[in-house]
Amino acid sequence: MKEYLIVSGRHIDILYPHLHVWGFGIPLYLFIGGLAAGILIFATLFYLMGKDEEYPVTVKVATVIPPIIIALGLLFLIGDLRHKAYFWQLLTHIRLQSPMNWGAWTLTIVFFLSLLWPLSFTDDLIEFFDKRGRKKWLGFFQWVKRLMENVKILGKIVEGFAKHRRLWAIVTLIFSIVLGIYTGILLSTMNARPLWNTPILGILFLTSGVSTATAAIMWISNNHKERHLYTKIDFYLIILEMYLIFQMFFNMIQGPEIQVQTAQMFFGGDFTAVFWTVFVGMGLVLPWILEILELKGFTVPVAVPAFLILLGGLIFRIIMVYAGEISSFMPIPTVF
Amino acid sequence: MRYAMAVDTRKCVGCADCVVACQTENNVPFGYARDWIVEIVNGSYPDTLKVHFESRRCHHCDDAPCVRVCPTGASHIVEGGIVKVTPEECIGCGACIEACPYGARYFHPDGYVDKCTFCDHRVKNGQDPACVSVCPTYCLIFGDLDDENSPISKVLREREYYTLAPDAGTKPNLYFLK
Repeated sequence: MKEYLIVSGRHIDILYPHLHVWGFGIPLYLFIGGLAAGILIFATLFYLMGKDEEYPVTVKVATVIPPIIIALGLLFLIGDLRHKAYFWQLLTHIRLQSPMNWGAWTLTIVFFLSLLWPLSFTDDLIEFFDKRGRKKWLGFFQWVKRLMENVKILGKIVEGFAKHRRLWAIVTLIFSIVLGIYTGILLSTMNARPLWNTPILGILFLTSGVSTATAAIMWISNNHKERHLYTKIDFYLIILEMYLIFQMFFNMIQGPEIQVQTAQMFFGGDFTAVFWTVFVGMGLVLPWILEILELKGFTVPVAVPAFLILLGGLIFRIIMVYAGEISSFMPIPTVF
Repeated sequence: MRYAMAVDTRKCVGCADCVVACQTENNVPFGYARDWIVEIVNGSYPDTLKVHFESRRCHHCDDAPCVRVCPTGASHIVEGGIVKVTPEECIGCGACIEACPYGARYFHPDGYVDKCTFCDHRVKNGQDPACVSVCPTYCLIFGDLDDENSPISKVLREREYYTLAPDAGTKPNLYFLK
């Protein structure tokens, strides 16, 4: 038996009984980042493929979501800081070694790009919402249009953006992919946390983010063809995601002792039930089966798989952040 | 200059004088501590029980992960390899706390991250850090690794030692003498 006790009276609640620094805001923000990145990736990719008329919801309508949720995510992010009034210091430094720093830059850039993208489609959006009879959204975009007519500089910027839309689509696509990967890399650079310190996290978070984006687009779209397409894309994305999760644990179990111990948290440890039933079962396998049924021609209410995938993505991030903080290189001593 | 500290686990009795000295010297807020004592019990009763103490603090790593992940550069390394935090630049994001395998960092109630500084204000004047200067059993040894004749270089040449979590790859500068 080996017992570790702290005998000098060190009662720091973020360190004992185990590390707990990041609250609910961080996983929520990682979820939002992935979702926004995914929606923008589809919008720009389909635009570049010249399918903006074929899939209007993907290219135009769904892009209303990213600026709203990124703004929310920024609030969560700032809310999680202890020196909240100093948040601007993130943008007065450039440090490539710190993913949190270049991630903050990426997020800022993507935020402005994601604002301009739907703004440059204002006329199309007004037409779309008018046709669908969505009064509130219609009123909002009519107000936006008036605003752009009155505030000349804003109108000019949006006009310039629309003029070189192809170029900006490429820029947005690249930055969105970076944003999606960054949400994983943010965790994987913490080499003190064995669960996070794996190279697969970047691509896994990107895949999961894109998968949640397909769910969101599937949910808002009322075009059957578009829905069918996203069901198909998501079907493959979930296979990829399950493979990446398998690969992550496979590598851990084959890895150094500390990673083997970390993997135990998910194979018999505290996170076994919640990870395999709630996330993998309800958030991946169940929607995947529903999607197969949908593709086979059964009628599945689209809200069900879409909701499960979105919820699964959020739960996945909550588990990863929380379990990662508990995983440690050293036994954490008991406070005596 | 490369400052380092060694803790003689044979001499340390776990009196926590170093903890109190640090709290007094550095005005550490109540309930917090930049250094702390861990009692390690090996074996199980009624067989032989072995106890030793480790006086732990920031390891002032050569390859400090906390400095690498800091988004604003508030965490930095000053002369002598001492890892410090500039409170005015710290936004309190907690990345460095997540990155530290030793749990050496904590949020100061004023919102920034605080940690051991090897008492660089004392070391600059040629004094020992507060914890070292008060240790009643002389189990803490502080000095410059680049100086061959410093007490720390000598003791690390002569005695066997271990470091904590060497597999985290941080190259720590806090040594524990066996």
